[in-house]
Amino acid sequence: MGKTMAITGNIAIAIAMKQINPDVVAAYPITPSTEIVQQFSSYVADGAVDTEYIAVESEHSAMSACIGASAGGGRVMTATSSQGLAFMWEMLYIAAGYRLPIVLVCVNRALSAPINIHCDHSDSMGARDASWIQLYAENAQEAYDNTIQAFRIAEEMDVRLPVMSCLDGFIISHSIENMTILEDEEVRRFIGDYKPLNPLLDLENPATVGAIDLQDYYMEHKRQQHEAMLNAKKVILSVGKEYGKLSGRSYGFFEEYRLDDADVAIVVMSSAAGTVKDIVDEYRSKGIKAGLLKPRVFRPFPAEEIADALKNTKAVAVLDRADSFGASGGPLFPEFRSALYDVPNPPKMINKIFGLGGRDFGPDDVRGVFDELVAIKDTGKIKSLKEYITVRE
Amino acid sequence: MAEPLSIKELAKSEELLVGGHRLCPGCGHSIILRQMLHASEYPLVLAMSTGCLEVCTTIYPYTSWKTPWIHSAFENAAATITGVETMYRALKKKGKIDKDVKFVAVGGDGGTYDIGLQSLSGAFERGHNFVYVCTDNGAYMNTGTQRSSATPFAADTTTSPVGKKIIGKQQERKNLTKIAAAHDIPYAAQASPHNWKDLTMKFRKALEIDGPAFLNVVSPCPRGWRTDASETVNLAKMAVDSCYWPLYEVENGKITINYKPKEKVPIFEWLKVQGRFKHLLKPENEGLVKMFQDKIDRDWEDLQKRAGE
Repeated sequence: MGKTMAITGNIAIAIAMKQINPDVVAAYPITPSTEIVQQFSSYVADGAVDTEYIAVESEHSAMSACIGASAGGGRVMTATSSQGLAFMWEMLYIAAGYRLPIVLVCVNRALSAPINIHCDHSDSMGARDASWIQLYAENAQEAYDNTIQAFRIAEEMDVRLPVMSCLDGFIISHSIENMTILEDEEVRRFIGDYKPLNPLLDLENPATVGAIDLQDYYMEHKRQQHEAMLNAKKVILSVGKEYGKLSGRSYGFFEEYRLDDADVAIVVMSSAAGTVKDIVDEYRSKGIKAGLLKPRVFRPFPAEEIADALKNTKAVAVLDRADSFGASGGPLFPEFRSALYDVPNPPKMINKIFGLGGRDFGPDDVRGVFDELVAIKDTGKIKSLKEYITVRE
Repeated sequence: MAEPLSIKELAKSEELLVGGHRLCPGCGHSIILRQMLHASEYPLVLAMSTGCLEVCTTIYPYTSWKTPWIHSAFENAAATITGVETMYRALKKKGKIDKDVKFVAVGGDGGTYDIGLQSLSGAFERGHNFVYVCTDNGAYMNTGTQRSSATPFAADTTTSPVGKKIIGKQQERKNLTKIAAAHDIPYAAQASPHNWKDLTMKFRKALEIDGPAFLNVVSPCPRGWRTDASETVNLAKMAVDSCYWPLYEVENGKITINYKPKEKVPIFEWLKVQGRFKHLLKPENEGLVKMFQDKIDRDWEDLQKRAGE
């Protein structure tokens, strides 16, 4: 039943890849995801995996080769960050449009300009409309667990969408944490054999993949992607539960931390949630009913479940580690606010943009947000809907 | 080693690009593709870049392809086919496929000389087992004849128009066959649809190569060249007879010129029948015709020298 190891997030992902043993990996190195492909290359060189590894000349070709390989009829994965994901952008939509169950690990890093190698979510948020399922991890353990589950979700026949498994660059990718690795055999049994669907390499039944789709059919195909995303919801839950039976760690759409009776709550994804949990405990000990909602699944967006989890709160701050410049908030805020629109007596909601380009986000920053939420709860007044924090004025 | 096939033998094989597609009458692409497909004795998987050939043969829910076929974007036919080829190797290793399958990517000059060059170069360097075929009609014909780096000097295109001050495309063509061969791949060649024997033999040779092979095929385009649909094969022949499009191959670095016209057709004969060069008929543009001819002569000389002749 697995073993506990102290490893970085990147190594945890590389180990997951080794255990998954995909048929083809096509990847291009980019900070901070580079270590994943380096480590995986050494597994290939040592014969520890059966994978055919393509060291392509760019991320655009990485996703193009993944599309060709996946359409061929086998299990395919890749990893990237930031500019690499941006360079793949055109192909991300095509992977999803062809309903190919490719798994991509995104080690989150800020987008240029200015160039910056550290963590924020502008890269994967830039791909939020690409019809990829998106999972976000707080730590290396969750990143490992999400990546294994990603295959089961992607390959389910009424989903057949690619999955992006995201973890925070450097903060998680390069920090050593204690975590538990499953046995290889357990992982292989959990993900099972790959079941191809209309594969290109079925020579007896020649498929045309990527036909031109005009006014008469394009919209029906897009509608099917929408339905596949809806189908993904139940699959994500059942896979998360089954994974819990195997590992002792169950997964849902989001984690609720002391949220049940909370008056004030922070919504934050990924590694920053750990810091927020500490401050929730601190405020609880002071008698303030603070709580946290940490989204794990951003696509499909579980709007009803989120509304249900936050409906009794009085004030909520949604923290975005990326901005949608000129919008009413970062990528999370409008969706969370919209999810709560139909709740009777919805909470007052504010948006904070934090941690861009790896800017540190510490306990005092969390205290500041909770103090502001307490003031909003008491006065009912919001002084600023969308605000940058952890920033020089 | 591949043996040449007679036209009777070629005609026996199944048609893999079937009728009903929407390519223009006189389009060079379908002639080239049918010749190649008839010449293969292997099952083929095809990848195509975005372009005329792709859009005209796969209007959903129809397809003209009776062999596995994939298109994903404009600039990545090479990367896409290498993904399929790699999956084939992975599944073959595991005993899930037993047949010998060959992989062919096809791009136009826009998708190959321009936007797809990086992807092609990467695939060559990695040594995948595939044939890349460029059907070169000398401009972005699918979107209305915009210039590419394969567009001939002085040609009138919609983005290198003949104006009051600038007369058509100002630059020479990129020599892509030379660039492909410079990757030291095992096989690179130029071919033309008028010489089916040469084209089919080159394709059969390319399929036998263990590693990347490149075929650059001239593909007259009645719309873009502004020529009569019935003239396609003749125009391809003139391109070769004028030495504008020499038929040659580079096998492991050794250049062989496959055809030498007894008498080089003056390039003016080829230019004057094409609407895209009609401005060159004006006496004041004689200098441009001379520049065009001089470049052909220099290149032909250079090719003969490189071939050790």
